[in-house]
Amino acid sequence: MVVRLDKVGLRYGPAGAEEALHALTLTVPQGGFRWLQGPSGAGKSSLLRLLYLEARPTSGRLAVLNTDIPPQGSPAARARLARLRRRIGVVFQDFRLLPHLTAFENVALPLRIAARPEGQIRADVQEILAWVGLGRRRDAHPHELSGGEQQRIAIARAVVHRPALLLADEPTGNLDDVQAERLMQLLREMNRLGTTVIVATHNESLVRRHPGPALGLEAGRLVIDDADGYYQADA
Amino acid sequence: MPDRADQHAARRADAADRARARALRPARRDDLGLRRALSDRLLPFLVAAMTFLAALALAGFSASSDMAASWRGAATTGVVVQIPNAGAPAASGHTTRRDAVLNALGAMRWVSAETPLSDAALADLLRPWLGAAAANLVVPLPAVVVLRLAPGSSMPADAEAALDRLAPGTMIENPGIWVTRLTRLATSLQALSFLVLLIVALIAVSVIAVATRAGLAARRQSIAIVHLLGATDGFIASRFARRLGLLCLSGAAIGALVALPVLLALGRLATPFLPAGGTSAATANLVALALLPPLAWLIGWATAQIAVRRWLARLT
Repeated sequence: MVVRLDKVGLRYGPAGAEEALHALTLTVPQGGFRWLQGPSGAGKSSLLRLLYLEARPTSGRLAVLNTDIPPQGSPAARARLARLRRRIGVVFQDFRLLPHLTAFENVALPLRIAARPEGQIRADVQEILAWVGLGRRRDAHPHELSGGEQQRIAIARAVVHRPALLLADEPTGNLDDVQAERLMQLLREMNRLGTTVIVATHNESLVRRHPGPALGLEAGRLVIDDADGYYQADA
Repeated sequence: MPDRADQHAARRADAADRARARALRPARRDDLGLRRALSDRLLPFLVAAMTFLAALALAGFSASSDMAASWRGAATTGVVVQIPNAGAPAASGHTTRRDAVLNALGAMRWVSAETPLSDAALADLLRPWLGAAAANLVVPLPAVVVLRLAPGSSMPADAEAALDRLAPGTMIENPGIWVTRLTRLATSLQALSFLVLLIVALIAVSVIAVATRAGLAARRQSIAIVHLLGATDGFIASRFARRLGLLCLSGAAIGALVALPVLLALGRLATPFLPAGGTSAATANLVALALLPPLAWLIGWATAQIAVRRWLARLT
């Protein structure tokens, strides 16, 4: 299993504070696809934070890409976690682009961190920039780009290094319908090639157009784990 | 033949790819935006000032060391015996006062050589004060004998009394006490210089640590993003260390260049007070000055590495 949670809890405050996630138990196999749904404050972003290793569980057992993640407060092999993060692609809801870098440099960052050869970096980045339709904006800084363009740069950065696990938090929030469809095609294609994909979204029409297995959260608890059938959002 | 041609073509293609990759590689990547976060003005200026102070402290250390050696040397060569009325009969009545004293000195174990100054040599010594009249003085001058102490020996406390019994009024000018005091002073100056060096180094580390923390605060978001993309602590720390090392190196180079003429001028002023080996001490000063910039780079690099890694340890 690429993702395995066994009674995982997450609490941000001190002991005794209310848990953001409560006793989640779920699995996502390699090459699986999951919609992650739930109202605001349900815990979708918290679950994604656990999966891209920005936070560690306060209780339960978590394994990502077949690697056990130690809980909060226990020593962690930092270099091992860093290597693990390089196999995960993340599209953040707030993009998290580096403002002082150009679009090209932002997209190239995961490859540079992985110490890929410069020639390969250039070819891969050009290709993905062209795919998201921003080949001509490669030298623009984030503040020179529209919200939609920034989101496409964030998507390009998340997939340029062909991650084993792709996590997306509202990836179509700033995209028009055409771009959103292109993004879904990309996610489906990566999924078909073996990447495990988890997409958190409020976009019900997108889910209806691309039905698939879903996880549903409510108040930090798992209320839907539709791993076999196709979850249909309410019309 | 076709195989060889293919291999040749493949090698040329590989070489072209490598050349293209080199050409396309940005000269200096700044993933974390540290060129703006870590200003190239204030820190180099502070490091330049500290390097200047360190250079002066080094010169002080070296000069006090040289002077201490010079004064210690004077203690073994500079004992002077004055014999008034040297031609008059000695207390024993058998010989002159001068010969009686010279015979006695020759028998003393702590004296390795005794050299009486000739009248001409004495006149030469007095010429700066008395001019040409020094050679034709009516007033009788005492005979002067310069002693060299035997290695490892010191002058006994009763030496002057022993000579006074042979030729009353004979005096020994012993610089030993002054040499001891001056040597102690020189040692204190050396310790002070070392202390100044140590304080400068500690201030440098503190200033660099503060600059690093300011850079970390300014780039907190960027670091968090790069961390989430899989950057190791070493990747992030090396960016800071490279930038801060460069700033320290450039500041120290400027400080050393400014200190160079000052050290040369001070060295020229100090030359008359230094022993013959003073030139090699000046060379050592210049070598030490040249080592200050790489030392500053090392301090900057290491301080940044430690400060950044400690800060990163708080991240997940």
